[in-house]
Amino acid sequence: MAEEDDDLILADLSDDELVPQMGDDLYDGLKDEVAEGVNILLERGWTPYRILTEALVSGMTVVGNDFRDGILFVPEVLQAANAMKAGMAILKPLLAETGAPRMGKMVIGTVKGDIHDIGKNLVAMMMEGAGFDVIDLGINTDVDEYLGALEKEQPDILGMSALLTTTMPYMKIVIDTMAEKGIRDDYIVLVGGAPLNEEFGRAIGADAYCRDAAVAVETAKAFVARKHNRMTAG
Amino acid sequence: MIVPIDGRLARNGLPAAGNARTLVIACGALAHEITALKRLNGWSHLDLACLPAIWHNHPERIVPGVEEAVRHHRTAYDTVLVAYGDCGTGGKLAQTCATLGVEMIAAPHCYAFYEGADRFAAHPEEIAAFYLTDFLARQFDAFVWRPLGLDRCPELVQSYFGNYEKLVYLAQTRDRALNARARDCATRLGLTYERRLTGYGDLPAFLAPRD
Repeated sequence: MAEEDDDLILADLSDDELVPQMGDDLYDGLKDEVAEGVNILLERGWTPYRILTEALVSGMTVVGNDFRDGILFVPEVLQAANAMKAGMAILKPLLAETGAPRMGKMVIGTVKGDIHDIGKNLVAMMMEGAGFDVIDLGINTDVDEYLGALEKEQPDILGMSALLTTTMPYMKIVIDTMAEKGIRDDYIVLVGGAPLNEEFGRAIGADAYCRDAAVAVETAKAFVARKHNRMTAG
Repeated sequence: MIVPIDGRLARNGLPAAGNARTLVIACGALAHEITALKRLNGWSHLDLACLPAIWHNHPERIVPGVEEAVRHHRTAYDTVLVAYGDCGTGGKLAQTCATLGVEMIAAPHCYAFYEGADRFAAHPEEIAAFYLTDFLARQFDAFVWRPLGLDRCPELVQSYFGNYEKLVYLAQTRDRALNARARDCATRLGLTYERRLTGYGDLPAFLAPRD
């Protein structure tokens, strides 16, 4: 089998064969192959948005589901994410040019005192894949940086991440500060990170706790749709 | 008391001997240190039961594991202590211990109570430090390198440790071989190295007999 795979020429595959093959390559973390597949589909006239959704996001969704179900572990997810990143790097500049549908905007960052960003980066990537514009503030983000980005970017969503029990309470400081300034309800606040849970999310006044990147995307879509419906009704 | 080898402490922990008034339920990564403190101080009041040290990588197992151990042992002892920090349980372990009426060490993790929780908290600027203890220096491959898949995909080291700056080895004992091993761990992770001799920190005061 391995030899057959080694001999596989992606350009010789039909679209119907190439897209699932790209899903397999993504699953196996083969970034060069994923990038090659993206370029082939572009040459065949696929729109960047179609490649993103049908070839990359659908493949990454399988990875996410298998991670949730304990079939894949963090190293494999990271390799798959790196492969998706390689494909996204080609598509990202083209998506804006081709008028791909936008779902909304998110500002995201790991909270002050915390340098862990694997989960945050996965969320940012999957949100971009789902059509959100993502402004990534990086790690060790303090309340002023969050609030400054909210004012400047006017996103729909604020995402905060923490890996440490000692840093997760900082999320409450950010939310309380937003409330003090009267802007809390202007944004959807999503939180995530290994030591968090739904109870904590509720207790600090977030709109939702998201246990993984796939849940973050679905939650974000649901909240944004609700927000738009409210605006339409209002 | 004979302490099992690290591999067994990682997977199975250590059963209680059942011969004292106070039981400390501890992470298996503390077995050698607590046994050493018992021996050094002649603490006959103290019995030790350890839960699998590998739960360090699975914090979701700690709370139910500790709760079950406390319920299982509490009738046989006057006092039950829990030698864990929060260890990534998001405050759940402290809540559970409070509900069960048993005392645990007030610290986020063993790094903090080995250095002294107050002292550890006094350098919040050290957010880019990755810590090892004696146990973790010995068990680096089993607890860090292999579980993170770095044996299979060493290129992921940047994804995991790119934001870290230094590895701090919090040494419980003076051990040249462990110092060299910890230094090698830092090299493998691409981090600068610092050794800090902590001894046992807050652990002796927590375990000492009380009136």
